[in-house]
Amino acid sequence: MSVSPPPGTVLRVTAALKRDPLGMAGFVLVGLILLATVCAPWLAPHDPLEVDVTNRLSGPSAQHWLGTDQLGRDMLSRVLFGGQVALKVSLIAISTSMAIGIALGMIAGFGPRWLDRALLVSFDTVRSFPTIMFALAIVALIGPSLNTVIGVIIVTSIPVYARVVRTQTQALRERDFILAERAMGASTFRILRDHVFPNIAPPLFILASMDVPAVIGMEAGLSFLGLGVSPPTPSWGSILNDGYSYLRNSPWPIIAGGLPLIAVTLGFTFFGEALRDIFDPRLRRKDA
Amino acid sequence: MAKFVLRRALISLLILCLAVSLLFGMIHLVPGDPASVMLGPRATPALKAELAQRMGLDQPLAVQLGRFVAGAARGDLGVDPFSGRKVSDIVLEQFPYTLVLVLAAIGGASLLGIPLGCFAAIRRGSWLDRLTAVLSVAFIAIPSFVVALYLLLWLGVKWRWFPAIGAGETGNMADQAYHLVLPAISLGLGWVGYIARLVRASMLEVLEENHIRTARAFGLPERTIIVNYALRIALLPTVTILGLGVGSMLTGALFAEIVFSRPGIGKLLYEAVLNRNYPIVMGAVLVTTGFFVLSTLASDVVNASLDPRLRTERGR
Repeated sequence: MSVSPPPGTVLRVTAALKRDPLGMAGFVLVGLILLATVCAPWLAPHDPLEVDVTNRLSGPSAQHWLGTDQLGRDMLSRVLFGGQVALKVSLIAISTSMAIGIALGMIAGFGPRWLDRALLVSFDTVRSFPTIMFALAIVALIGPSLNTVIGVIIVTSIPVYARVVRTQTQALRERDFILAERAMGASTFRILRDHVFPNIAPPLFILASMDVPAVIGMEAGLSFLGLGVSPPTPSWGSILNDGYSYLRNSPWPIIAGGLPLIAVTLGFTFFGEALRDIFDPRLRRKDA
Repeated sequence: MAKFVLRRALISLLILCLAVSLLFGMIHLVPGDPASVMLGPRATPALKAELAQRMGLDQPLAVQLGRFVAGAARGDLGVDPFSGRKVSDIVLEQFPYTLVLVLAAIGGASLLGIPLGCFAAIRRGSWLDRLTAVLSVAFIAIPSFVVALYLLLWLGVKWRWFPAIGAGETGNMADQAYHLVLPAISLGLGWVGYIARLVRASMLEVLEENHIRTARAFGLPERTIIVNYALRIALLPTVTILGLGVGSMLTGALFAEIVFSRPGIGKLLYEAVLNRNYPIVMGAVLVTTGFFVLSTLASDVVNASLDPRLRTERGR
């Protein structure tokens, strides 16, 4: 049941990226940001929580490349460590919602019709609810924390994957090799695991890579509203929140907190679009 | 067609009921009853009991839910325990601000996006087409609150071209429009690209069609063909998709309202969440969800009346 990429995938991607400068730029940007985030403990010039009250809200200098915030904390270090929060949230949220989405999608696509309908209505309900209202309502009840943010993102992302999986499962369901399996007496679980799943998995990774910017934006947005990570942990959103409070004193916290968000969303979007064009030209025709 | 509308309306109602019941259930399942959470740790039991009674919290959950739904159906959303005003009054007072913001953003984005998409389709492969493609993707990707913060920073605070706070003087239209500029840009910027992409895609499709070839064969001026024969048809799917975008518009509006300290339903909800003012949270969520469900329903119906195939497909 392993999902190994078809032979020559790496070559195909590199060849295609060479022809697509924007996709290449996105790839490089994503690579650099990931590297900087993972290496934050070694790259950061200061402790992101180290307070220096004599040096509050200063602009860029040799000592603090991106300036300091209202407590004199080094912005560059905070931005680097903030990337870890974004990375953690997107990894956990996307992998979990993808796993649940795959399971529900296959059940909807393969199961009886009433179940399919019930699942579809629930996907639509979740999908149609303005995400932020849902998030705010949940946070009002459970209280702000990173786990709440991750939970909200998971619940709202499940339908994205489940819908695609459902459509693809339905298309596979009547194919000869599935019928043959069934004729040989294979259980539904075995068919789904060994035959349906490997066939529907590849496009999901493209979907996931295009979902990253949305998830990171949502985490940052909720943290900006003060509903995500609790201080003093740096997240790009909470950095922007601090910057917003001291906007009239110094523009640097906002500039420093916003740039990585812009870079990472652009990087992942352009890279994701390039991947989609390479692996699934069908998707392109529909919305571009 | 009537059957289709009825089914969609029922599903919309179901979604609304589900959302309200879920929220209602969760408020009461969470540890710590709303009354003591709202009054804080130093409240006396007598005070708590009094507030609980005033909010109807001493009744069983099912009775409370029933009361809320019955009240909501009559337009009565309860009373704000802090100010003593009716929740429906407070919500309806704030809602127009959000509506104006959303409409201004959609309007501005269409004014820019439709011509852009149109030109991109006519001059397919030109630098303008490629630039539009890149910029659309870029603007869709960047979170709207980051755009709002940068606009506030430069145009509002640094250069002082536009006001940074509030919605303007009541009754003074020009002042209100002036205050609307930055929030509307931050909300609409992503949509410019989105609309341009949609219009481009459907223009390309329409331009391939036979009636356009016929119009060309008759020697009609290119401008007439584009505007009267192609764009008109190409706009329909775009318009209906805009209706489906209201949900994300409401999300964007919340951030714009908070960043620019603008009154509106998003700011109301946000502040109610921070104060744990549950009646306001319920009221605001109900009204926005209702608005959202209605606009989705409207665009579904418009879509189906344009494309009969959609009426038969199960569940959409």
